[in-house]
Amino acid sequence: MITVLDLSIAELRKITEVVKEKYSYDFSNYAASSFKRRILRIMELKRISLEQLIEQILKNQFTRDTFLHEITVNVTEMYRDPSFWKTLRMQIPEMLSNRDKLRIWHAGCSSGEEVYSMLILLKELNVLDRVEIIASDIDTSILQKAKEGKISNKNMELNISNYQRSNGLNDFNNYFTIEKDNSVFSKTLLSSVSFREIDLVKAIPFTKCDIILCRNVLIYFNQILQNNVLKLFSDCMFMGGYLVIGAKESIAWCDVASKFTTINLEEKIYKKTKD
Amino acid sequence: MIFKEADLKRNYKAIVLGGSAGSFQVMIKILSKIPKEFPLPIIICSHRLKHIRSGFVEALCLKSNKTVEEPLDKDAIKRGKVYLAPSNYHLNVEIGNTFSLSTEEMVNNSRPAIDLTFETAAYVYKEKLIGILLTGANKDGAKGMKRVAELGGLTLVQEPTECVIDTMPKAALAIAKIDYTLKTDDIISFLMQLQAGKEVV
Ligand SMILES: C[S@@+](CC[C@H](N)C(=O)[O-])C[C@H]1O[C@@H](n2cnc3c(N)ncnc32)[C@H](O)[C@@H]1O
Repeated sequence: MITVLDLSIAELRKITEVVKEKYSYDFSNYAASSFKRRILRIMELKRISLEQLIEQILKNQFTRDTFLHEITVNVTEMYRDPSFWKTLRMQIPEMLSNRDKLRIWHAGCSSGEEVYSMLILLKELNVLDRVEIIASDIDTSILQKAKEGKISNKNMELNISNYQRSNGLNDFNNYFTIEKDNSVFSKTLLSSVSFREIDLVKAIPFTKCDIILCRNVLIYFNQILQNNVLKLFSDCMFMGGYLVIGAKESIAWCDVASKFTTINLEEKIYKKTKD
Repeated sequence: MIFKEADLKRNYKAIVLGGSAGSFQVMIKILSKIPKEFPLPIIICSHRLKHIRSGFVEALCLKSNKTVEEPLDKDAIKRGKVYLAPSNYHLNVEIGNTFSLSTEEMVNNSRPAIDLTFETAAYVYKEKLIGILLTGANKDGAKGMKRVAELGGLTLVQEPTECVIDTMPKAALAIAKIDYTLKTDDIISFLMQLQAGKEVV
C-alpha cells in the first residue's frame, strides 16, 4: 500500500527555518494547511524528499524566485466575484468625489487579472487619467507575467462571462489583441500601472493610498500575520480611504478593525474613518 | 443495522460530510433528522456551481434543524455548528481548530474539493473524525476518505445501490478502508446513537 505523503509540524518548521535562513523570506506565519500542501506539491513535482528539497535549497540548486513561485498560489481571474465589481463600478464616482487623484494599490496582484479588471473599469468610467495604480506581489515571476499582460486564451471565456456579469459596458475583446494562444492586454491601459515587488510580511508603510485591494491573499496567512498586514494597510491609507478584501475574508477581529466602517459587508468594502 | 460499540463510544471531535450529484437531498435528510442540539461540528463539502454564491446555504438552512453557515477564513470551528464550503474556495481545517480557505487550483475538477477538506480534517482530528461520503459523479473524496482511515478516523459511505450516481462511494470503497457502507437512514441512525452526539453542549 502506498501511503500519502505527509509532513509533520516539526518538518514544516524545519523547512520554514531553512527558507528564512537562505532566502530571507519568513513563511512561519502562513496558514499551515496550504503551506504544507505547496511544499508537498514541490516534492511531488520534483520527486524528491523533504531532506532533498532542503539540501537543494542549501546548495543553491533551487533559486529563490523558483521557490517563491512554487510556494505561492497564483490562481486568479478577471472580475472575480462579478457582484463586487458591479458594486465598485457604482462606488468609484463617490470615491473620487472629493479628490483630484486616486492612488490605488493592488497588494498581491498575482498575474494581473485583478489590475486589468480595474483598468477597464476606470477607463469605462472615464477616470483613468485621475488614477495612479500600484500593483505588487512577492512572486517576481508572476509580476513579470502581469507586466506582459498575457492571458491564455483558454481562460478568456471565464473572464468574458465575469466581465458581463459585472455590468461591463463594451466589447471585452477590444481590450485585447490575440497573439497565438494568448490574449494580450492593452499596452496603453497597462502603462498607468507601476508594478513592484513587495513582500507583505516585511513591508513598511511606503505611501498613502485612497484604495487598497488585497483580495484572496490574507487567506494564506495565519491571524498573527493577517493582523500585521491589516495594520500596514491602515498605515498606508488616507483618512477616508477604502480597503477591499476577498469575499470570504474578514477584518472584524483584527486590531485596526475599529478604524474602519463597513461600506458593504457582502462585498467586503471598508472605509477608514478613524486614525 | 448494528454498529460496533467502540465506534459509537469514541470521543469524536468533528464530522466531515462530502458529496456531489444527488447528495443535496441526502444532506437535507440527514440535517433534518439530527437534533438541533447535536454537538459535533459537521463540515460539509459539496460540489456546487461556481457563480452561485448563495442560495445553497439558505436551502440547507430552511430544511434542516440547524443553521448552516459558510465560514469566513480563520473562523473558529465550533461545537454544534454546521459549515458548508463556500463556492470557488477550498475549505481546509487548520491546527488550532479554525478554517482556512484557499483558491488554489481545482482538485478533481472541483473547488471546493472534498479531498482537501477531508485530508486537512484528518490531519487535525486523527481518530476523532468521522468521514461520510455520499452519492456523486466523480472520484473526489476517495483519497480524502483514505486519509481519514489511515489516520484512524471512522469512515462511512452511502450504500452505492441507493446513490443517484455511485461513482464517488465506489471510488472510496476501492481505495480506502471503509468501516460502514450504509443507506441514508442508517447513517442517520448511526449519528443518533453516537455517544459524542448525546452530550449536552
Ligand atoms: C490567489 S492570488 C490573489 C490574486 C488576486 N488578488 C485575486 O483575488 O484574484 C494570491 C497572491 O498573493 C501573493 N502573496 C502571497 N504571499 C505574499 C506576500 N507575503 N506578499 C505579497 N504577496 C503575497 C501570491 O504571490 C499570489 O500571487
